[in-house]
Amino acid sequence: MSARDEILARIRSALEGAEPAPEVSRDYARTVAGDVVRLAAERIADYRATVTLTTATALPNAIAARLVANGVRRLAVPADLPSSWVSDFDGELVQDNGLSNAELDGCDGVLTASALAIAETGTIVLDAGPGQGRRALTLIPDYHLCVVAADRIVGTVPEAAELLDPKRPLTWISGPSATSDIELNRVEGVHGPRTLDVLIVE
Amino acid sequence: MTGAWMGMPAFPDAAREAVRDSQLRANLRNATGTIRAKRARVVAERPDWEQLRVAGERIKDQALRNLADHLVEFERNATAAGAHVHWARDAAEANKIVLELVRATGSSEVVKVKSMATQEIELNESLAEHGITAVETDLAELIVQLGHDKPSHILVPAIHRNRAEIREIFTREMPDVPAGLTDAPIELAGAARAHLRRKFLSARVGISGANFAVAETGTLVVLESEGNGRMCLTLPETLISVVGIEKVVPTFADLEVMMQLLPRSSTGERMNPYTSMWTGVAPGDGPQDVHIVLLDNGRTDALADEIGRQALRCIRCSACLNVCPVYERTGGHAYGSVYPGPIGAILTPQLRGVAADAVSASLPFASSLCGACYEVCPVRINIPQALVHLRGQVVDAKRGKPSAERLAMVGMGWVFGSPRRLRWAQKLAALGGRVLGRRGRIGRLPGPGAAWTDTRDLPVPGQSFRDWWADR
Ligand code: SF4
Repeated sequence: MSARDEILARIRSALEGAEPAPEVSRDYARTVAGDVVRLAAERIADYRATVTLTTATALPNAIAARLVANGVRRLAVPADLPSSWVSDFDGELVQDNGLSNAELDGCDGVLTASALAIAETGTIVLDAGPGQGRRALTLIPDYHLCVVAADRIVGTVPEAAELLDPKRPLTWISGPSATSDIELNRVEGVHGPRTLDVLIVE
Repeated sequence: MTGAWMGMPAFPDAAREAVRDSQLRANLRNATGTIRAKRARVVAERPDWEQLRVAGERIKDQALRNLADHLVEFERNATAAGAHVHWARDAAEANKIVLELVRATGSSEVVKVKSMATQEIELNESLAEHGITAVETDLAELIVQLGHDKPSHILVPAIHRNRAEIREIFTREMPDVPAGLTDAPIELAGAARAHLRRKFLSARVGISGANFAVAETGTLVVLESEGNGRMCLTLPETLISVVGIEKVVPTFADLEVMMQLLPRSSTGERMNPYTSMWTGVAPGDGPQDVHIVLLDNGRTDALADEIGRQALRCIRCSACLNVCPVYERTGGHAYGSVYPGPIGAILTPQLRGVAADAVSASLPFASSLCGACYEVCPVRINIPQALVHLRGQVVDAKRGKPSAERLAMVGMGWVFGSPRRLRWAQKLAALGGRVLGRRGRIGRLPGPGAAWTDTRDLPVPGQSFRDWWADR
């Protein structure tokens, strides 16, 4: 018998005569009250990420300002990033058309869009959709500037789960890379980007 | 590690030693106190916490009750998305599958993100025997690996080490350690970052576990903090994930519950820094050669036990460790298994068999049955109930017939109703163990068991756990 068939047979015999499990009750909260944009800004900042509220017109300027403030000279961007976003940035742009890991490592930071954000938990989700690029792009550079559209901010995790497509590679990001492995203190900055900078566009 | 690990003394002996180690106790008290407060704060924030717990419990029960169908569904969907699904009856089979997959890549080094399943099967040791180096990349795992140590906590395997000890280990063991490294946590984290950076960027094979496997979509989910998980899951060409069959959840929507329960219960955060979800191969993004090894290794035995099977709901959050008065004083090593604390006390004996060895037989007694673990468990595993049930089995296994302990423990409410009755019942059990102990039998052992032959033959502590505890 193959391992597969044997394991399946063991499971079936282990459960012989077992009562059916009760149905899942989903009476937990699905929404939050109040302004989800303010809540998102507050909760993302709780993880020691920087959050700036801006508008569509002011976005290029805000992007350039954040990049300058963080000393980013070489900026990696996904190939399909709207070019207007970086119109005020006068550093070097490195488009990801299949950059090697070493090339990505040579960039000071990365700028991307996002799929959505979850206010309650202060989480940004990337799904490799428009303006986001592949996963390595937002992982290797030490600084991540992430643009979140206010109308893509949902209140809760259940609301996000409804919108997300599991066939895409999903990365949920809640603050910069951190560890609690040293005496359970949260220390920012291990292997992922040590700085997470978020622009919310209203 | 195998020999030393399996040669662990049974719980009471190991615990007595650990309690004497004052540094370990201070580190633990400090760490578990911090995490308890953090958890309490983020849980109190959710008025619907109980509803979430009940939902979590039922999702896992639904998954387990139709486990065969869900696994077949998971396999079909993951395969359709480009993953290769393998099945392993036990540790040896899983290790062999992984070894062959790694060999096929021609690589002699793999990067690993912390995984309980691969620790359970002792994958690193197995790979090492065949000349393949497994590099643990989780900071705590790195501390454990460099310190030639054993993990002592599910979430924070180096919880027993303080910052001064970590600095000492790094300075001694890291060839590229920065000069003048201090014990500031930020510097220690920076040293780990620099140490592993080149390995990540050039890694060809990554090995992971998974927190969840979604049947409906074939998706795997890994929660982490540092980004080492993302590195291992994204940068290598080949990704091999070893996943216990109990990790399955039926639907993608079920994650909305688990993603709220797990971070709050484990690190005491609203959300952990990074979660990766992937379904087979994403063309042009991440590993293009994706393998999943579905692991039984005793899980179907636990599944057959009506009361014991609830242990398979466990999502390894470690909340039960952090509230356990016994764990806080003994540490994780005393449990002699990769699964320490209250969950280990009910999971290990079931995975190995209660009569398998002295550790397994003594673990169900490693508790004062205070019930704190049940209260915090996000999937409502009734650990005290399972402990009492397993105690009955330990004694039965010795006698081959219903035992005094079994009879004394039938009425849970009755026993719990009075500490005096509980003490009495435990004494009775200890007596049973002492009388019958000489007939101790060594059963199936995971891994080489040579070091085991000289170990104790008393399956049940001669002194009841509570009496032993009262002496501390
Ligand atoms: S038994 Fe419950 S509390 Fe303990 S680790 Fe598992 S899920 Fe967490």
